[in-house]
Amino acid sequence: MSTDDTVATLLLNPTLCDGRGMCHDAAPDLIELDEWGYPLLPGHTLRADLTKGQLKAAEDATHACPVLALHIERRR
Amino acid sequence: MGRLGIETRSSLSMHLSEYGPLPATPRRHGSEPGSLVDEVETAGLRGRGGGWFPTSRKLRAVVESSAGRGRLNRSRHPVVIANGMEGEPASSKDAGLLASSAHLVFDGISAAAATVGATNAFLAIHRDSPVIPTLLKALDERHAARLDPLAIHLVTPPARYVASEESALSHWVGEGVATPVYPDRPFQKGAAGRPTLVQNVETLAHLGLIARHGGAWFAELGAPSAPGSTLVTVGGAVRDAGVVEVPTGTPVRQILELCGGATEPVRGYLTGGYGGGWVAADGFDTTAWDPESMRTAGAVIGASVLWLIGESTCPIDEMARVAAWMAGESAGQCGPCVYGLPSLSDDVHQLATRHADAADMARLERRLSLVSNRGGCKHPDGTARFVSTGLAAFADEVALHLDRRCSVTARGQGPAAMPVPPARLALVDVSGRDFE
Repeated sequence: MSTDDTVATLLLNPTLCDGRGMCHDAAPDLIELDEWGYPLLPGHTLRADLTKGQLKAAEDATHACPVLALHIERRR
Repeated sequence: MGRLGIETRSSLSMHLSEYGPLPATPRRHGSEPGSLVDEVETAGLRGRGGGWFPTSRKLRAVVESSAGRGRLNRSRHPVVIANGMEGEPASSKDAGLLASSAHLVFDGISAAAATVGATNAFLAIHRDSPVIPTLLKALDERHAARLDPLAIHLVTPPARYVASEESALSHWVGEGVATPVYPDRPFQKGAAGRPTLVQNVETLAHLGLIARHGGAWFAELGAPSAPGSTLVTVGGAVRDAGVVEVPTGTPVRQILELCGGATEPVRGYLTGGYGGGWVAADGFDTTAWDPESMRTAGAVIGASVLWLIGESTCPIDEMARVAAWMAGESAGQCGPCVYGLPSLSDDVHQLATRHADAADMARLERRLSLVSNRGGCKHPDGTARFVSTGLAAFADEVALHLDRRCSVTARGQGPAAMPVPPARLALVDVSGRDFE
């Protein structure tokens, strides 16, 4: 659900994700891990809209991923 | 007598005397699709593989994405793949159609290829399918008669459930790997990076008829929201199991009458296939067999499977066997599927063997919500729906099992069990390279 305070969208490619959990270590308040160690974005789907306040954490998570499974799409 | 001629096995001469020759489809030039696309839109044809997506929109999307030039200025001529994989074990409509009316399907492939300007066309079918000799013979007949504007090749991907998903098919045709691809969609970037039209073989057979008779003729029959006729595979506790062709919108009760009726009181139905959904029997037989009416009734038309569970069969047992098979059919790419589906399957097995308690059910509910919407394809979503709708449709039986009981005392007395293909080596290979 995209709203006015959405500045970007965090995208997870599940076929690339190996469940190493480094995104959760980098951004524990934004990304949880499921019982098998795979990331759960807010809303529990493969895309999560980000507010300005969440952007920094999303960037930290994205940069921490060793297999490039996370991606941020910015709004213009 | 249906439109698709599934009652008789047709040679090319029989096919031509029954349907007449396929009118030449004007080939697409430039960035506009051929005029057949307008007829398909008038027809309101929707894909019969399970998604019921409007076929005209798919055709247009392929044309649109092929209109530009690709990377390094490569041309982007579309590829057409006819999907005859029929990965749903309870479905046999596509095999039946290909056995009887292969030429109608090939007509549809030819017409679709011309109207989107495709240069390559393939028919994909499981490598162990008994229909392959019939198809090779039909292709020989067409080749000798110079019927098709392009060569149609038979390809045989591995007989795995997710190999029939459309991105897995274009992956197989392009690179020989039958795993689903994420996030590119085939119509944008399919086989070998080219825009790829993947259509179910029944959809293409209908297209072969629309090319002859036009869209208005097609839409004379069936439900206005999804016109035409449709094949239905009926199985389980029914007298004459098999494939029937009915107008969309036909009430379930009438479909069952065509199959000689139920053999015993029915407790519930599996609709759409193993990636579909269960419904309780109460009042369901008045539901019309079309995507909207089915959804309203809480069912799924999907691959048009209708499976009856009678009172002599324990539905929880059936769910456990099928869920275990579905878990083993993961392509091994996404964590929530690789680990989630075996977890779901274990939980259902616990329930079926009457070892589950309320805490186990709570864990199962949580897991069901954790595997959906998180995969590169819809296999985990379909499996979760199979389990969650089953628990809801057979709530009484679930309660009995939690109480260490089961309503079925004499096992093995009922009709045929739901088909589960033999287990294969469980290869969980994250690269997907050694799939099968």
